[in-house]
Amino acid sequence: MTKLSKHYYSYAFILPLGIIYFIFFLLPTLMSFFFSLTRWDLADWEFIGLENYVTFFSESSLTIGFRNTLIYAVVTCVLKVVLGLLLAVALTSNLRSKGYLRSVVFFPTLLSTIAVGIAFSTLMHPTQGLINQGLSYLNIVGPDWLGDTSIALLSVAFVDVWKGVGMATVIYIAGIMSIPQDYSEALQIDGGTAFDKFKHITIPLTAPAMNSVIILSFIGGLRSFDLVWAMTKGGPGFSTDLIASIIYKQYQGGFYGLATAGNVILFIGVSLLAFPLFMLLSKREVDL
Amino acid sequence: MRKRSAIRLFWEVVAIALSIVIFWVPFYFVIINSFKNRTESSLLNIDWPSTFHILDNYKEVLTAQDGMVIRAFWNSTLITLLSIIVLVIVCAMAGYVLQRRSDRWSGPINFLILAGLMIPPAIVPTIWVLDSIHLYKTITGIVLIETALGVSFATILYKGFMATIPREIDEAALVDGCGPVRMFFQMIFPLLMPVNSTVIVLSAVGIYNDFVNPLYFLPGAKNATIQLTLYNFTSMYNTSWNLLFADIILISLPPLILFIFFNKRIVAGMTAGAVKG
Repeated sequence: MTKLSKHYYSYAFILPLGIIYFIFFLLPTLMSFFFSLTRWDLADWEFIGLENYVTFFSESSLTIGFRNTLIYAVVTCVLKVVLGLLLAVALTSNLRSKGYLRSVVFFPTLLSTIAVGIAFSTLMHPTQGLINQGLSYLNIVGPDWLGDTSIALLSVAFVDVWKGVGMATVIYIAGIMSIPQDYSEALQIDGGTAFDKFKHITIPLTAPAMNSVIILSFIGGLRSFDLVWAMTKGGPGFSTDLIASIIYKQYQGGFYGLATAGNVILFIGVSLLAFPLFMLLSKREVDL
Repeated sequence: MRKRSAIRLFWEVVAIALSIVIFWVPFYFVIINSFKNRTESSLLNIDWPSTFHILDNYKEVLTAQDGMVIRAFWNSTLITLLSIIVLVIVCAMAGYVLQRRSDRWSGPINFLILAGLMIPPAIVPTIWVLDSIHLYKTITGIVLIETALGVSFATILYKGFMATIPREIDEAALVDGCGPVRMFFQMIFPLLMPVNSTVIVLSAVGIYNDFVNPLYFLPGAKNATIQLTLYNFTSMYNTSWNLLFADIILISLPPLILFIFFNKRIVAGMTAGAVKG
């Protein structure tokens, strides 16, 4: 067996992956810490200490990105966790149309984010858009979904949920399907209601699935870029700018050091928020 | 009993009605507007078109700017295919050894690979790296980037599946005098077909739909990928909505086809990766 593991399971098999992964992912990540302390233009760099970070934390057009990113990540995450669970419960019930409904809910996951973003920004047009036209039939004056600074971010988050909730749903469905039938049979014998089943069987026993949904959608929310870019380009003003879209804007403006500092901040933010979340959730999973 | 089935019918109708409003109306909106002429499509409603311009619109999309969309389709297809080939070979090999072996290196290696799922790529330093090895703005460069950013997910899937392949197979191959490379490619790899197809379909959708990486690492009209062509038909005041929507439909066809044929495999793969990973 030792011969088998040394020779046959040689780390040489990991080498191709290691080389690609190192050069094109790990190396740039490591270098970002250095380049975030410089002013550079790919050819030349000048060491300027923490100046980029100071700029990032002092200019209001940049700091708003932190607030927006956090709101965006929390809103999309919570909605996906809750709606995904409800949908999954509905789609594992005895509805006859559940096969069709599963496909419909899941399909948007496979669509191009940019295409979805463009389509929805027309649907959300304040006067011509289909959403407000529909609301006007109900005598409701719909808001300017993407033009009003107070709700634009939430509108984009809503589209993110429309597109992404299918993923959460299928993860939950897999979790629900893996619950042994015995539990609900026992509950039925004891005279439990459907709500009891949801509260005492579905919720606790889908904890691993819920953990995956929370982590995936939270990290996805923190890193989001393309949907915001397709729908609002960060506007109106800076009201929908996320850290990732700020990085892109700085990059476009040629402020490579500043863009890289943004990357490092995003890296640290994701690590600070996601790793403890990961630990906390996996601990809860063990407790169950 | 009758009351129960009435309630069930009620929920059935509610569910289908909601699915139509929430999902079918946007789909229908895009499809019907891609059939209209320019003026009617600019009204952005779901009225029935007075005249149909299906062929005209789609032909115009495909021929606009010297067939930019066709070239972009070719670029996207090429990038997707090449990335997948590299991903499958590289990750299957790595997943195999990582699952079979456990020593003091396997912990850190697994951690680094898992980190790739969470950590956002550092944009400008990646451009710097690509530039210094002369791969910036090249298809090769973007293929290697897509591979590097896809290995985490694929390796985790391979590693998970590898656990279902008994070690006795390896030992039998060893007894028969098979070398490690031959053992992997002749004995193990053919057994990986189910997970191969999952990795292929999921990566295909992800890479084909990717907008951010080509935007950063493959700029330039010559290299445009299919996602970037959407911006050809938009401009602030003068958007040709009918053409834009036709382009959206064209872009959505490949994922739709994959969805029709591989729905189960996609769902299985996504959940396997998510629940275990």
